[in-house]
Amino acid sequence: MTDARLTGANASTEVPLKRRLKRAERRRQVKALALVLPLLVFLLFTFAGPIAGMLWRAVGDREVRQVLPQTIAALAGWDGRDLPDEAAFAALANDILAARASGTMAIAAKRLNYALNGFRTILTSTARNLKAVPEPGTAMETLVKINPAWRERATWTTIKDASGPLTGFYLLSALDLVRNADGAIVAAPPDQAIYRDIFIRTFIISISVTALCLILGFPVAYLLATLPPGRSNLLMIFVLLPFWTSLLVRTCAWIVLLQSKGVVNDSLHWLGIIDEPLRLIYNRFGVCVAMTHVLLPFMILPLYSSMKAISPAYMRAAASLGAPPVTAFLRIYLPQTLPGIGAGSLLVFILALGYYITPALVGGAADQMISYFIALYTTETANWGLASALGAVLLLATLLLALVYGKLVQGQPVTGGMKN
Amino acid sequence: MSDHASLRTPSQRIAWATTVIVSTLVFIFLIAPILAIMPLSFSSGSYLTYPLPGFSWRWYDDFITSPRWMNALKNSMIIGVASTILSMVLGTLAALGLAQWKSRLKPLVLAFVLSPVVVPGVITAVGLYFFFAPIGLTGSYLGLILAHTALATPFVVITVGATLQSFDTNLARAAASLGASPLYAFRRVILPLILPGLASGALFAFATSFDEVVIVLFMAGPEQRTLPREMFAGIRENISPTITAAAVILTMVSVILLATLEGLRRRNERLKSGA
Repeated sequence: MTDARLTGANASTEVPLKRRLKRAERRRQVKALALVLPLLVFLLFTFAGPIAGMLWRAVGDREVRQVLPQTIAALAGWDGRDLPDEAAFAALANDILAARASGTMAIAAKRLNYALNGFRTILTSTARNLKAVPEPGTAMETLVKINPAWRERATWTTIKDASGPLTGFYLLSALDLVRNADGAIVAAPPDQAIYRDIFIRTFIISISVTALCLILGFPVAYLLATLPPGRSNLLMIFVLLPFWTSLLVRTCAWIVLLQSKGVVNDSLHWLGIIDEPLRLIYNRFGVCVAMTHVLLPFMILPLYSSMKAISPAYMRAAASLGAPPVTAFLRIYLPQTLPGIGAGSLLVFILALGYYITPALVGGAADQMISYFIALYTTETANWGLASALGAVLLLATLLLALVYGKLVQGQPVTGGMKN
Repeated sequence: MSDHASLRTPSQRIAWATTVIVSTLVFIFLIAPILAIMPLSFSSGSYLTYPLPGFSWRWYDDFITSPRWMNALKNSMIIGVASTILSMVLGTLAALGLAQWKSRLKPLVLAFVLSPVVVPGVITAVGLYFFFAPIGLTGSYLGLILAHTALATPFVVITVGATLQSFDTNLARAAASLGASPLYAFRRVILPLILPGLASGALFAFATSFDEVVIVLFMAGPEQRTLPREMFAGIRENISPTITAAAVILTMVSVILLATLEGLRRRNERLKSGA
């Protein structure tokens, strides 16, 4: 009886305490989230939103829909096998007259010209020569007389394909694919298939730079990790100073060094090694040298931190057990640096993939990477759909690699600042 | 003594010597370009070749008296300082929140917060260009400050977060139990202890903005061109000695930032080993 009352009393004081603790903890969590929230909202506006917008542009198709609304409505039921019916021709004539009046024809002409070369001429010539709304029943005749292209099935399938609101056109183009007149996905004609080459080129440059960074960075990281702290801290300046020096200063420095009347060519000439200046810049060599210089610290720092964690006792143990130095290095030391090698290589590779400034300044026309074309289509030719689609492919590649990188360095402190 | 002094076999000695030689060459590769460009900025001639015809300050004079370069310097400072302040506020709050937040979503949120660092500059720039143009934020200081803040904040979250990890939360609890309000405890107890972390976060943020060029290329109007943007234009046209002078000035800024950061790191280490 007494016992039961006691436990009952205990229970009644214990439960509210537990609940109070829980409530306090919940309040703490809400407060914590409230502190993170401003940044999340900010990044939504300045980063995630803009990128989502770009991805939307990669699949959005609104131009033709906006300029030729009646035509698209009339084509809705068209199966694409024969020519569309008279109603579609009449709708097109109406749309063209309306577009000419409002001056919006160029918007649709530009989009359709991406899909079918010469479409701009078809539209503008039709708009110029179409005097008035054709008599009922004569629209097809009138339009075909103005431009025989309207008798082609491909002209109409191009409009239907571009009728939106969503399209795979730009994404397919970014991968050198097109939809043929029957709607099947096929390889683009060779004169239009350039992006796969650009992706491969981007990939090759990035791989070369990563390999160069690894070859040059490994001995340096080893030296820094093996020397006593005082001396390695001093030598670390050689890595950190370039790391903190502006990307443009470093690119500029390489141009000064490598140009035909530059320091390197002059010295080689003075030493009697060459008679004619070597072409060291505005080519692949210059791009690889300058990019390796810029990205090398991103390789050295992760390698260094993984090597720093390896106890010298392992190597001593291997040696005392009779392993020759090469064997000990290959079997004992190297495997322990693999996480560092993986992290450094992935980091350098990811950063190299998106490079724009350095190749733009020290590369020739054949050394421009994918970023250059994204920038070109955005600011120069204003082919925003294609720029966005190329961006989407690059983003996907980067995020996949970053995911792997994240798994690799999980729990390790992140080093350094990254620059593009 | 260190490990390499006790090398016994000749092959070990050769391996070590190779490491030292290769590393020395790599150090030269890393530092020589930056050093080589400096004397050229003091050349009295206008060609970027050695030997220098003579010493002169004329290119620095050129830099200082040029409205174009001075405007760029001013813009870099305005945008750099503003985005540093903004990213410090947002980043420190977020780091404080993330340190206390326990949720399965946390790695996801952290990855999102850090993602501006990984996403290629061109992609961010293109996205912002499309997004900011219709609302009038391209060709404006505000647009650039917001964009640079987005790029800089991850570094603040990382550096401040790292400092908070080594921060003893019992100290905050002790302050609370002694009757300090959360704000007072933050100001008098937490803030002084995490100040070095905040300072290096600010340096990272400023350096990120000060060196950024891709977004400026897309978003800046003629009024907002920054130093890197002018450098980019100058390198494209042809490299004049004035650009080397600008490069030396930029490098000096980096050296000052690096030295300050190194000083903070040393101080932190001293405090840790003293504790």
